[in-house]
Amino acid sequence: MTPLLDIRNLAIDFATENGRVEAVKGISFTLAEGETLAIVGESGSGKSVTGLALTRLLPEPPAVYRTGEILLHGRDVLKMAPRDLRAIRGAKIAYIFQEPSTSLNPVFTIRNQIAEAIRLHRPEVRDLDAEVIKYLDLVGIVDPAKRLHDYPHQLSGGMQQRVMIAMALSCQPELLIADEPTTALDVTIQAQIMDQLRDLKTRVRMAIILITHNFGIINGIADRVAVMFRGKIVEYGPTHEVLANPQHAYTKALIQCIPQLGAQRERLTTIDHAALDAAQ
Amino acid sequence: MFNYVIRRLLYSVPILLGVIALTFLLFNVLQTPEAAAAMAIGSKAPQQAREAWIKSRGLDRPKTEQFVKHVKNLATFQFGTSWKTGRELNEVFRQGAGPSLLITLPGFLAGLLGGVGLALYQVYVRKSLLDRSITLFAVALMSVPTVVYIFFLQAVGALMLNYFPASGFDWRGWETAKFVALPIIVMAIVNLGSDVRLYRTIFMEEINQDYVRTALAKGLSSGVVLGKHVLKNGLIALITLTVATLPRLIMGSLLIENFFGIPGLGNLLVMAIGTSDQPVVLACTYLGSLLYIGGLILTDVCYALADPRIRLS
Repeated sequence: MTPLLDIRNLAIDFATENGRVEAVKGISFTLAEGETLAIVGESGSGKSVTGLALTRLLPEPPAVYRTGEILLHGRDVLKMAPRDLRAIRGAKIAYIFQEPSTSLNPVFTIRNQIAEAIRLHRPEVRDLDAEVIKYLDLVGIVDPAKRLHDYPHQLSGGMQQRVMIAMALSCQPELLIADEPTTALDVTIQAQIMDQLRDLKTRVRMAIILITHNFGIINGIADRVAVMFRGKIVEYGPTHEVLANPQHAYTKALIQCIPQLGAQRERLTTIDHAALDAAQ
Repeated sequence: MFNYVIRRLLYSVPILLGVIALTFLLFNVLQTPEAAAAMAIGSKAPQQAREAWIKSRGLDRPKTEQFVKHVKNLATFQFGTSWKTGRELNEVFRQGAGPSLLITLPGFLAGLLGGVGLALYQVYVRKSLLDRSITLFAVALMSVPTVVYIFFLQAVGALMLNYFPASGFDWRGWETAKFVALPIIVMAIVNLGSDVRLYRTIFMEEINQDYVRTALAKGLSSGVVLGKHVLKNGLIALITLTVATLPRLIMGSLLIENFFGIPGLGNLLVMAIGTSDQPVVLACTYLGSLLYIGGLILTDVCYALADPRIRLS
């Protein structure tokens, strides 16, 4: 059976004024239907670039897809015409981003922004209001009918991210890419949003790619984890195995960065890049 | 909103008083009543006639008394008569506003719509050769002095084609268009160059916002993202820059009206300055600032209407 997503030797460069920067250096992974993969890595490791590349959302130029294939149900996204790309964006692969307050358009109501996606990919839907309300309800927004005509600035950060999730789900995608979905939120809201995603995973049959720098949030949601370091996947395997028995020095370092409740530490652990270079 | 507008109108009273005081002071420093009389009825007029003129205008009264009367007149929109022509100024303004608006309004709209359209298109093809060519074209339009366009259009439209009058104006129903066509084109060209540059900057700033990425991730085409999401956000910035100038269109364009012989308010002001026609200049300055303040209030109202995050209170 062909997997939902099959990434083969994907390499992405950025053409900058100071020459070519290799952001992603030949990565490969697969994703089955309904599976959840966590891509973990620090800033600049290429994880967000990978997520955006899956529907070619990176601005080109500067982005250049140097090598590789992104096979969605066996079809290469990198060879698709713009029209076909638009047909998969939102409909097959949907996104939620790091900063919900700026990711929503400030001058349109949330009803307008969610209905826009539904109208585009599910023209058969008659009652848009009812459909929008259904998805707002699904992501745990209280009294969604009253929220329809709210503007993003009238909602809290957590609510805004729920609206983003509702918008992403409203077109019934097969894959949800959550790019640092909780990074801009405070810890309690972070936990709520992660609970929401875990809950949705069981209720809606959909694959998830969870992009994060935080090993602490992937437990209980990710089936597998890919650790990215300087544009490469340095470790890839079932989540419990990677967490229990990390092989790569970078993975070990990342896991050590998770602050432990009750641990007596004077300083938070940081990653020593010089030591990693020496190890390699 | 209503309370806000009222408060802003009250705030504008001291500003207007300041404008009136400054222009009044300026004229009284620059011009003695004797000089004014010589200017108005001629230096060869007999001494008695000049003294009688000064008396009839009340210029022999104490300055404070003159100033209070002046403020009263302006506040009640009684602009008096021109020193030079003796015509009733209220009547002059009524007659001049029409021709002025007939040129400035279409010129402004052409600059605005053409500018927004071209700028959006530039953002659509951003960083391409076409984008750069349009920028170059806009800079070229801006760099050529207005009089060059005026002379060129007069030479082509009036002398070579012999279709448009080189200058002049008359209300003749649809025929009126012939008199204003060339001035409108000049106005549009002059506005377009700078407008395109400005609007492109506004839209380019919006295109890098996160909500644009969200809209693209939904599967919207770049055309829809630009025409809906980016345009509405860009409009907010655009409003602050354009709406304030809107009421002032009624005051006309100094240069264009003068060269095309359009009897508008811009032309009126140019001639009044040339002849030191004090009542006309003072009234025009007052009206100009009044309209500008009106424009600023209108800007705030439009701002609140376009941006849901803004509440006027």
